[in-house]
Amino acid sequence: MSTSTTAPVTTKWWSGGKSPFNVEYGKLMMWYFLMSDAFTFGAFLIAYGTTRFATAGWPNPNEVFKSYPFAGENANAPLVFVSIMTFILIISSVTMVLAVKAGQEMNKKAVVNNLILTIIGGLAFLSCQAWEWTHLFHEGAWWGRNPFINADGTQSTTNFTNFFFTITGFHGFHVFSGVIINIVMLIMTLMDKFEQRGHYLMIEKAGLYWHFVDLVWVFVFTCFYLI
Amino acid sequence: MEHTAHIEHHAEDGKKEVMRVTLILTVLTLVELALGFWMMKIEAQGTRLMIKGVIVILMMAKAFYIVGYFMHLKHEIRNMIMTIVVPLLLFVWFIGAFLYDGNSFKNLRMTYDSHKKEMSTKKVEKKEEVKETPEVKKAVE
Repeated sequence: MSTSTTAPVTTKWWSGGKSPFNVEYGKLMMWYFLMSDAFTFGAFLIAYGTTRFATAGWPNPNEVFKSYPFAGENANAPLVFVSIMTFILIISSVTMVLAVKAGQEMNKKAVVNNLILTIIGGLAFLSCQAWEWTHLFHEGAWWGRNPFINADGTQSTTNFTNFFFTITGFHGFHVFSGVIINIVMLIMTLMDKFEQRGHYLMIEKAGLYWHFVDLVWVFVFTCFYLI
Repeated sequence: MEHTAHIEHHAEDGKKEVMRVTLILTVLTLVELALGFWMMKIEAQGTRLMIKGVIVILMMAKAFYIVGYFMHLKHEIRNMIMTIVVPLLLFVWFIGAFLYDGNSFKNLRMTYDSHKKEMSTKKVEKKEEVKETPEVKKAVE
């Protein structure tokens, strides 16, 4: 009986009046959204992995992705173009972190500069992807069409192109929405919306989304181009 | 005064951390690419599988740095970290079970499906030769 009265007083995190996770509501919900998105992407990539494990042969990515813009027919530079795309996304992620940090310091000018750099990075990535899709399309690859034979010289199925276009397309659409969100953030910053609110928490939420897009690319890049 | 000084000091630390993490991510990516280029020259399946394993580990390291530092999760409080990380443990089963299933399906097909088995050993011609097929068809007609 007496234990309840003599027990040490602990902080009642969950009894109201406090923020148990010590983050703003919107930011927590952004984290939960990103978790659900991680499971969507995870399911896509695991479906790809399962199919690959269930198939005897698979096209060699170094044969498929060996070209780059302004190269001739005989271009043979595997991994080069996609590594440029990877670095573009990493650098745009860094500028986004700097925008978030500038927001925490209430430094409007630095927020604007870094947001513009992030948007340019996102657009550059999208342009690279648009080029790559166009190039593959002209080689005869699309949903339901696969001109590339397996690495061991056997007939391939359309699984390779279906998964490639679906997953990179879904990721590309995320990059596109990320760019739109960043443009909205830029306009709101320029209109002094955050200065009036007294905080730049909205930029932090947009930043979380943008880093997640970068994170997904780390997995897509590894699964499709490297292994 | 003391408060603003503290914030400025913190911001300076933050910038250093961003630069450090950027460098780590760049180096990890370069190592991944080097392994990718190295793997092109290797035929032995065992060695290839090992390199792929190393690449996956490096990928997880990159993911840790992005989530932990860029997304700031490492600096949140423990309850917050757990509510994000614990549900993601579902992936351990998700990946293991599905890849095992895929592999088992392949083995079953290669054992019992004679058509699939034949297709997996039959070589096909490359694209350049395939292009000539309309002309070949005409010649046949």
